Amino acid sequence: MPQTQDHIVKSFDNSLEQLRQTLVRMGGLAESQLARAIQALSRRDAALAAEVVKGDAEIDRLEQEVSAQAISVLALRQPMAIDLREVVSSLKVSSDIERIGDYAANVAKRSIALSQLPAVKPAYAIPRLARLVQDILKDTLDAYVNRDAERAMEVWRRDEEVDEVYSGLFRELLTYMMEDPRNIGPCTHLLFIAKNVERIGDHATNIAETIHYQVKGTPLVGSRPKGDASSFEVMTPQSEE
Amino acid sequence: MDLQSNGHAARAKIVARDTNVFYGEAQALKHVDLDVLEHSVTALIGPSGCGKSTFLRCLNRMNDTIEGCRVVGDIRLDGSDIYDASLDVVQLRARVGMVFQKPNPFPKSIYDNVSYGPKIHGMGRNRAEMDEIVEESLTRAGLWGEVKDRLTTPGTGLSGGQQQRLCIARAIAVSPEVILMDEPCSALDPIATAKIEELIDELRSNYTIVIVTHSMQQAARVSQKTAFFHLGSLVETGDTTMIFTNPSDERTQGYITGRFG
Repeated sequence: MPQTQDHIVKSFDNSLEQLRQTLVRMGGLAESQLARAIQALSRRDAALAAEVVKGDAEIDRLEQEVSAQAISVLALRQPMAIDLREVVSSLKVSSDIERIGDYAANVAKRSIALSQLPAVKPAYAIPRLARLVQDILKDTLDAYVNRDAERAMEVWRRDEEVDEVYSGLFRELLTYMMEDPRNIGPCTHLLFIAKNVERIGDHATNIAETIHYQVKGTPLVGSRPKGDASSFEVMTPQSEE
Repeated sequence: MDLQSNGHAARAKIVARDTNVFYGEAQALKHVDLDVLEHSVTALIGPSGCGKSTFLRCLNRMNDTIEGCRVVGDIRLDGSDIYDASLDVVQLRARVGMVFQKPNPFPKSIYDNVSYGPKIHGMGRNRAEMDEIVEESLTRAGLWGEVKDRLTTPGTGLSGGQQQRLCIARAIAVSPEVILMDEPCSALDPIATAKIEELIDELRSNYTIVIVTHSMQQAARVSQKTAFFHLGSLVETGDTTMIFTNPSDERTQGYITGRFG
């Protein structure tokens, strides 16, 4: 297979391998940032949350590194076909991972604020959403490492589940806020956290689409199944009565 | 097909079917089927000895000049068989011009280099008409501005890039329909190469161009269609964009990505 066969110029292979390694490191870091942010949220651990916020700078740095490496391969090697798709994909994937890192840091920031407020019940529903997204992110990054378009497609379809859980959480939070206005503060933070986690799922599906293009050479056609109905949600205190 | 940005319909100018070439006993080209579209640039790529130049030379019967070379197959220019026994090869080569790897101007003046072809084909019956042909050919080849004040100086005194454009002007002078180029830039520096590439792009609106090149980037830059040859066979042909982003054959992929073992 030409894909696995080495280039005649060995240093070309080395540059591509370095690029892959940087991206894999970046993905691993984003995974752990998300895990730690969720841990900080459920344990009300402000110190851990602060570490996560600080840790985002490293992801940003790695994104710069991916860009620099990709640009140097483009300039020095003029990659073609599958190599070209890999280099272009690495740029797209790294910007998705960078956004994922931002969202994880956001979750951590809000969990610092939440840790200073009285605990609310739905804080426990968020880890469930987060676990789902973490699984998806892990599978996406594995699919990237293994150049596995089929697995990427499975991830792409699973995002519908995330959307559904998110919609449910959205409705649940609304009812808590209507129950007692004192819940509005913490619930608003939770709502944003849920949204951040849901967005991470969206970026994972972006990555899945990029993997598909990188491996197959054709863009994914058709629209992704969507399960988030919260944009159309109408709920008033009266309608609850 | 969206490769015609200049408004011409994508019509096949040359149609080659089951083209085989033998050098003595050795078969250099095996069952090649290829359409060359009118007013487009078709690039032939592949490793050395793959048959791309051999195929190019079939298109104006340059292979006739090689001892022991035999061409079997059907090659049609505008529907008529170019290997027909009654066909005048000199006329064919006026319709299908050629530019070679090394610039090879005649040891004559710039003017005579360009006017030589039209003269032997009976074009330009008086000095004024010939002047016009020479000026137009040099203008189309992007050389007029650089040589108009020194038309009587030897063509061999020009720089390599200018000499190659002079050869293109010489090819254009006899009003060909097709121009074959066999690695026209391999002896030129990057600036002269860029000028030739720009020229190829301009010439496309009036001529059909087939170019053999060893530079993958050049094929990607100048052509609309690319054909990949390997071991005498045509492996894959298609839109250049497709060939360089998502080729379907593994051998093409291996070659253009620099993995060919």
